[in-house]
Amino acid sequence: MVTANSELGYNSKIEGDVIVTQADAAINWLRTNSMWPMPMGLACCAIELMATASSRFDISRFGAEVMRFSPRQSDCMIVAGTVTYKMAPVVRRIYDQMAAPKWVIAMGACASSGGMYRSYATLQGVDRIVPVDVYVSGCPPRPEALLDALMKLQVKVRGEQAWSKQFKATA
Amino acid sequence: MTTDVDLPTAVSQKFPSATPRASLDCPAFNVPGADAVALLQFLRDVQGFDFLMDLTAIDWSAEKSPRFTVVWHLYSSTKHSYVRLAADCANDVDPVMPTSVGIWAGADWHERECYDMFGIKFAGHPDLRRILMWDGYPHFPLRKEFPLAGLPTTLPDAEIGAETGTGVISAPMAGGPFVATPGEPMGEAEPRAKDEAWNERTPKPE
Amino acid sequence: MATDFSFPDAAAKAAALPKEFEPEKMSLSMGPSHPSTHGVLRIQFELDGEVVTKADPVIGYLHRGDEKIAENMTYNQFVPYTDRLDYIAPLANNMAYAIAVERLAKLEVPARCQAIRVLTAEMARVSSHLMGLGAFGIDVGAWSVFMYTFEEREKLYKLFEELTGARFTTSYSRIGGLSRDVPEGWIQRVDAFCDQFLPILDEILSMLTRNKIFLDRTVGIGVISREDAIAYGMSGPNLRGSGVAMDLRKDKPYSGYEQYEFDVPVGGKGDCYDRYLCRGEEMKQSIRIIRQIVKNFPGGDWYAKDARKIFAPPKDKILTSMEELINNFMIVTEGPQMPSGEVYFEAENPKGVLGFYIVSKGGGVPYRMKIRSPSFCNLSILPKLCVGNMVSDVVSILGSLDFVMGECDR
Repeated sequence: MVTANSELGYNSKIEGDVIVTQADAAINWLRTNSMWPMPMGLACCAIELMATASSRFDISRFGAEVMRFSPRQSDCMIVAGTVTYKMAPVVRRIYDQMAAPKWVIAMGACASSGGMYRSYATLQGVDRIVPVDVYVSGCPPRPEALLDALMKLQVKVRGEQAWSKQFKATA
Repeated sequence: MTTDVDLPTAVSQKFPSATPRASLDCPAFNVPGADAVALLQFLRDVQGFDFLMDLTAIDWSAEKSPRFTVVWHLYSSTKHSYVRLAADCANDVDPVMPTSVGIWAGADWHERECYDMFGIKFAGHPDLRRILMWDGYPHFPLRKEFPLAGLPTTLPDAEIGAETGTGVISAPMAGGPFVATPGEPMGEAEPRAKDEAWNERTPKPE
Repeated sequence: MATDFSFPDAAAKAAALPKEFEPEKMSLSMGPSHPSTHGVLRIQFELDGEVVTKADPVIGYLHRGDEKIAENMTYNQFVPYTDRLDYIAPLANNMAYAIAVERLAKLEVPARCQAIRVLTAEMARVSSHLMGLGAFGIDVGAWSVFMYTFEEREKLYKLFEELTGARFTTSYSRIGGLSRDVPEGWIQRVDAFCDQFLPILDEILSMLTRNKIFLDRTVGIGVISREDAIAYGMSGPNLRGSGVAMDLRKDKPYSGYEQYEFDVPVGGKGDCYDRYLCRGEEMKQSIRIIRQIVKNFPGGDWYAKDARKIFAPPKDKILTSMEELINNFMIVTEGPQMPSGEVYFEAENPKGVLGFYIVSKGGGVPYRMKIRSPSFCNLSILPKLCVGNMVSDVVSILGSLDFVMGECDR
């Protein structure tokens, strides 16, 4: 981003190669373009999640190909599939182990609301145990829909007040 | 392995207590619970039904007696045929059936599932505990009086339940799917949700 | 095995030690969220160092209550739930379920419907084995295999989408027929897919079959003996890998399988490598069946025309004729009217034998439906199979068993 044109607002001979911007803009830019997902792939949606990660739909274009199964290293938990009551505490525990800042995408009908499994064993929506940022509808959602959700999450994150949240006592 | 007499004759000769069962496809027998294991052994060793394909149960609802029937499906890889065996459980309130783990090791998980879903205990099973629901779950889901919506209870992990403030809730199908009840006048038979643990008319169970 | 890591001397010394010097065992829980457990499976291990001394699989993390749901839905309403059993090959499950219910009604569907069902089931088999190989590859560390196989699966998805409207979770079959006929030119596109697929399949298999690392990780690992395979009710490539030549498509043909010529690969030793080879070869045989169907694709009806109380008539008739309208109304609201009785039908699905046991008291809703899932039975051998292996071998074993939890837990 360095040019000889000093009309950009700084004089590179005086300030050196420095860009001045808002802290939020820089931090959010970093966060949105390397949103590492924690794939909570539970059922059929996990197959579409894998398809999104593979060569045709390529989630790596968005910086999100690093699907680490370690919650410590990921930013965004993509709950893909039906969450049953037996599995719900596990999902919550893994969410708790993720480091802030963290977001959740509820992928598919089952994760958003229980889907077509309105039964004794299915948690009726993962938002009962973790706070969800983006819901994706579909059964299963097409990979394009998941990429759209990721882009919506990026828009949401870009609008966050990251800097002030960092240094406030409560988030 | 193959016998000259056909299967129903061979079975009734050896096991007079086994009666034929109505079936739309394969030969089927009703047998008292006490003779079931012996008949299974006979079918495997003498008649060549080497595969236990399925072991399940049927709940005929609390009004009927006997209430629970355990059903085995066997397959013979040499004769390419199936046989079905059905045995009623002795007790209606606390059903028990002898285990077939001694004959097929694969019966282990099938019997655990029957216990989990129906509450049928298999005498002699090495490790009878729940397999599909979590260990502390208090109900038997496939019994007919248990509603599809489920009954409220606590989450398997009490710590997470306290942290999130959620538990297992009743999820009645108020709104669909709609299934009509045949045989009644149209006004009553109209499609309506068949399973509702609670709705505006019937209060929530305690 | 290339290198033998057994130290008989040390083992004998360890066995001779008094009890208080026995090494402490570690308890390790693998899963339910784990990259290589193919879904939500949890195995509770007891380890002695790296070697497994006890393995207790915990399943049920995806138990959604399908069998209870079936008691509350009409036969046609349950079709989407069958998609999500083995969600990697939904068309095969759709077919198995439809045939099971049709056996209840003693209904024979016409030849075209049978041919389409077999065609889609074989395509689903190819898709499932591609996924199995891809996942197996990732588990043992080969990323590229996954990418190649998923690209081929995308081509299959495109064909499925053209036929059924959905990439997978197709809900394609109905009781007495299908949801719609094949579109114009679809059969030719399937043929074109087969033409370009076989060289790519050879390329995919060449990445693993003679790969030294893959051989080290799979040959001699997870050997399932014939007797064990039969005793635990295994089926599909897991059973055939152990040398038992059982394939329901040959032994009890359904839906017209007896017309097609194909071979069934059977393994020799029953280790992970044999199961992998079986799946690879099965894909080639599936393509063979697909080609035969494409060559002699029958014309005629794609649904049972005379099953008035079971299969809804076509829309143009419903909207113009009173009797068809009433039939459609009854079928949609009350369900296809089935006689009372019980039936058990098994189909040779990609993962093994999928069975439906339906007890009907008449009417459009089953009284009891039991789904005999191949993955449930295939996994029951894990407590015996994992003991004595190292933890990384367990990963190979899980990959080679190729199970799917949606089917296992229902």
